[in-house]
Amino acid sequence: MVVNTTLSDDLTDRVFHALADATRRDILTRTMVEEHSVSALARRYPMSVTAVQKHVAVLEAAHLVSRRKQGREQLVAAMPETLRAAHLALDQLETIWRARVARIGDILSTQATDTK
Amino acid sequence: MTITAIRKDLEACTMTVTAEFDSPVDRVWQVWADPRQLERWWGPPMWPATFTEHSLQVGAVCRYHMTGPEGEASNGWWQIRQVDAPVYLELDDGFADADGNRNAEMPTMVMRVSLAPRATGGTRMSIETTFPSAEALVSLVEMGMEEGLSAAMGQLDDILAE
Repeated sequence: MVVNTTLSDDLTDRVFHALADATRRDILTRTMVEEHSVSALARRYPMSVTAVQKHVAVLEAAHLVSRRKQGREQLVAAMPETLRAAHLALDQLETIWRARVARIGDILSTQATDTK
Repeated sequence: MTITAIRKDLEACTMTVTAEFDSPVDRVWQVWADPRQLERWWGPPMWPATFTEHSLQVGAVCRYHMTGPEGEASNGWWQIRQVDAPVYLELDDGFADADGNRNAEMPTMVMRVSLAPRATGGTRMSIETTFPSAEALVSLVEMGMEEGLSAAMGQLDDILAE
């Protein structure tokens, strides 16, 4: 019964941030249909490959897309719903355990002070 | 207290948290072995846990509930799989219905807790949580979504107060 109490605020922020940009929304929509290389995506927008790579990295940090290498190309695909949900779930579990460990730390330090 | 590593492995459906404490191994073991201490950290501040049965003997079943801000309860159980006090604890963690009976429709997690002394003093604790499948992991989170926001707000206060 570990995962029933916390939402990962940090990840929620990352998802909102990722979706707040029109180019990133467009990349996400296109990669939902099929996998695209970063260079193919870059040809669609008036920006450098590096700039597109940065957008992809933001989407990746929010678990909205995944990236894999094929030869010299980087292929970007939208994350399937279930896989994204699983990533979200693990992130939430991480948040829960970070808070638990912090509380254990509090208990241990309180008692150490008491016995001095 | 410091978290030294968090490892998430989606394929293995496992998350491992490693943390270090200044207290010795025997003392850190107590936060698991003493139900009154366990209650102080298992549930978030808005959903405090109460262990109504607790024993760290192999095969023993522990029962607990977590109480929400509006008095709603969420019931759970542990079954102890393996114990080597004060350095190792392995248990199943699952859901129960309102009467405390096991809810077989909800997935059960396996937790493996290892404690080891640090060369420089203090304790290194690692907690590995394993889910039966990615789908199980997702179903657990979907169930907790509504409660999540309020609990997160409560924890935020703690984090800010540190």
